[in-house]
Amino acid sequence: MSYSATELMIVNAARLLRDDDVVFVGVGTPNLACNLARRTHAPSLLMIYEAGVIGARPARLPLSIGDPTLVSGASAVCSMYDIFTFYLQRGNVDVGFLGGAQIDRFGNINATVIGDYEKPKVRLPGSGGSMEIAGWANRCYIMTPHQKRRFPEKVDFATSAGFLAGRWQREATGVRGRGPLAVVTDLGLLEPDETGEMLLTTLHPGATIEQARANTGWNLKIAADLRYTQPPSDEELRILREELDPQGIYLK
Amino acid sequence: MSKICSLKEAVQQFVHDGDSLYAAGFTHLIPFAAGHEIIRQGRRKLILARATPDLIYDQMVAAGCASKIIFSYIGNPGVGSLRIVREEIEAGRLEIEEYSHFGMISRLQAGATGLPFIPMNQTAATDLEHANPHYRRVKDPYTGKEVVVLPPLNPDVAIVHVQRADANGNAHIWGIIGEQKEAAFASQHVILTAEEIVDESVIRSDPNRTLIPDLVVDAVCHVPYAAHPSYTQGYYDRDNAFYLAWDKISETRQDTEAYLEEWIYTVRDRDEYWQKLGKETHTRLAVAPRWAAGVNYGEY
Repeated sequence: MSYSATELMIVNAARLLRDDDVVFVGVGTPNLACNLARRTHAPSLLMIYEAGVIGARPARLPLSIGDPTLVSGASAVCSMYDIFTFYLQRGNVDVGFLGGAQIDRFGNINATVIGDYEKPKVRLPGSGGSMEIAGWANRCYIMTPHQKRRFPEKVDFATSAGFLAGRWQREATGVRGRGPLAVVTDLGLLEPDETGEMLLTTLHPGATIEQARANTGWNLKIAADLRYTQPPSDEELRILREELDPQGIYLK
Repeated sequence: MSKICSLKEAVQQFVHDGDSLYAAGFTHLIPFAAGHEIIRQGRRKLILARATPDLIYDQMVAAGCASKIIFSYIGNPGVGSLRIVREEIEAGRLEIEEYSHFGMISRLQAGATGLPFIPMNQTAATDLEHANPHYRRVKDPYTGKEVVVLPPLNPDVAIVHVQRADANGNAHIWGIIGEQKEAAFASQHVILTAEEIVDESVIRSDPNRTLIPDLVVDAVCHVPYAAHPSYTQGYYDRDNAFYLAWDKISETRQDTEAYLEEWIYTVRDRDEYWQKLGKETHTRLAVAPRWAAGVNYGEY
């Protein structure tokens, strides 16, 4: 079965999730990845949302982070202060999904401004929950299309921490989270080496090293043991298209 | 003591030019009716605080009500950019004070609980800490490590929309309870708008659901559908189509002005607004019931 770049990213993000993971979910493609994982290899996945919803079982595709479908049938609802403290700051969240306009060589994310903060060329929405999720979720994953403008050598503004200027620097701050463990793109996966630099470790079927290099803003290193992903299965695509996003709102 | 009054009277009495205002609600229960009333009354130089300014502040900024916004995410949720706010910031016409969600909510928590400041763990990302001087660091006296601290936020007035309240202002809220309680306790004055005004006995039948007690409330206004295009859990759905439509409307000043004229300035109140939306919208946003199991408090 043929598939789109977005479907490819969602399927590969879903495969990174484990059965007993507690996931801080965002709307859009991360929500689809979590629901796909829950319907395939991770039935015990617990989804929590920054709006303060725990154990959501959305009956329809939520269009906003605070959609009422997240509440009806959830196991618990709490305030925002509670979700960021009892759940995230306390260490009860295994996985956070992040996105942004720019991701750099050390996995730092910019969701705030392009250009100067005081006189921005483009004003972006800002942190929302991501500054704390990036610091405190045990593992973080980033989903983004592989485009040169999205992958500069250094972000204009570090809204959320990757490995800063190197893994040692993140570790020196004492934050509990282990940082971005993978960037899932439509070409493959970038993962950090021992210094925290993001390397090309995995290619999707049909993608090439040259494509990945041409679409990255720094001199992208290639892992010695470069791997290849399995294409999305018919069952994964069926669940995505028929059950999770039948109107094709995010899959297009 | 009954605090029932019209929303028009509540805004006249408690919202003044130059005030700092927190219109509460994370996606859910956003008090649009009050936002529109403030626009109609022509308030100026407001300091608008909200974690997610949402369409309510985009509209208030478009109408010229604000001189500054305090926020943690300026997007149109699920759609994209908040065009008016973004344009005003990029043009340098709107002062900003920016946090992460947790920073913003922590400030309210400190304000609501009477703390001088509130500590948070470090996040390893320091650019926002440097961009906003309210972020400071202090040494944890127990471990010697640095923690990030923020001062309390105590707005002049909070506006909170709720499912049901009694005439005194005891309010039941369910569904997403974002920061309503914190905003109410942090602010000097509180205006409640409610889908339903109920007898005190209804509130007392389920005291665990009272998120906001009458002692912090100044005005209680009966305003059904006050949250549209946001939603009220169990009463009506979020109007996602309008959130998409606003993305188009707010592309040009002309269309934005036309919207404000047609849907705010020339509309008397929320009742007229809801009727103007029409049957098709009412049907589209209607929601089937899904009741909770009852709880037994016991007769003691």
